[in-house]
Amino acid sequence: MRSSLISNRLLMILLAVLSFAAMQAFAESRYVTENSQAASMESCVAPTDLMRRNHMDFLQHGRDDTVRDGVRGLKYSLAECIDCHASRDAKGQAVSVTAEGEFCQACHGYVAVSPACFQCHRTTPDESGSGKSLGYRLDGHSRALDMQQPAGR
Amino acid sequence: MSNKSDQPSVERRQFIGGTLAAAGALTLAPGVILHAAGSADKTTSGASGEHRWGMLIDANKCADGCSACVDACNSEHGLTDLGRPETDAVWIRPVKLKDKQTGHVDRLVMMCQHCEHPPCVDVCPTNASFKRIDGVVLVDRHRCIGCRYCMMACPYKARSFVHEALSEQSVAAPRGKGCVEGCTLCVHRIDAGEMQTACQEACTREGHNAIVFGDMKDPDSEISRILKSHNSVQIRADLELNTGVRYLNL
Repeated sequence: MRSSLISNRLLMILLAVLSFAAMQAFAESRYVTENSQAASMESCVAPTDLMRRNHMDFLQHGRDDTVRDGVRGLKYSLAECIDCHASRDAKGQAVSVTAEGEFCQACHGYVAVSPACFQCHRTTPDESGSGKSLGYRLDGHSRALDMQQPAGR
Repeated sequence: MSNKSDQPSVERRQFIGGTLAAAGALTLAPGVILHAAGSADKTTSGASGEHRWGMLIDANKCADGCSACVDACNSEHGLTDLGRPETDAVWIRPVKLKDKQTGHVDRLVMMCQHCEHPPCVDVCPTNASFKRIDGVVLVDRHRCIGCRYCMMACPYKARSFVHEALSEQSVAAPRGKGCVEGCTLCVHRIDAGEMQTACQEACTREGHNAIVFGDMKDPDSEISRILKSHNSVQIRADLELNTGVRYLNL
């Protein structure tokens, strides 16, 4: 009786530890492609959960401000998404974010949406330098972003 | 911003994730809190009605056989030559006018005239064709349905239609199949505070100085001073569109 109690307790503790580790791993899991600038950063311009769910709204809101009112350098910029999230192949060439398994395509394919962004917007970082005068943050956003946003923000 | 009530709130997820992560972090580095290190806010204030951007083209200075402005425009905006002149996009084009009686030839470049009262905006069914508050006439490709009414309404034949799927566009000028487009007066440069269009830059570099770009509302700008002291013309002034592109010696 006594020995089974101990083993039950041990089992419970073991389960708790394991599930805690699993949940923590889930909470910190990354959804970026290897060899992209994003892979070396702690978070996107906003917390990952927020970006994952709302990036389309952020971009849709910002596009009118930029195209119609000329407001540039917004926090949410499609050009910056691509600069940061495009991965690089073995030769250092940027891979299209809409290529099979790449950052944009992988998720859009999974949820079966086909956004029209890339009919007009390029899918690799523009390295010709023509965007340098745009006020776009080609150097990527600040690397010292929050690692953890305080709750309630 | 969004109202997706069918999904659990992000805040709740963050709380759960954050609590777990905090519990983990607590044992590793108690008392360490990471703050945002003030990321520089680079958001610009946008177009202002205190300006009206315009351009002045001196027909006398426009050199025969020179295509520097056209090439510069093409490379700035990623307009690729697909070898199909009937459908390739043209934002700025050289025009020759010959007076048959006297044989006098006028050379000039024609592009979107950035009218104060643009006919393309009047006819657009989706408000894709619009005039910015600073006088720049643009196409919002997010709304353009490619009907091409604006192309028919434009007295200057200044707009092009993209017939073919594109890739590797310039980040300065996202453009794609099924949309109408035209000269943007290098609006990406204006917004970045660079007061020189690609065509003007190229023309000056070639030593012709046929193009002057500037603020027509600023009485001290070069364009305003020349417009005041010289007799400039608007093409098809009879339409009373009050164009933003003016011509000298025409």
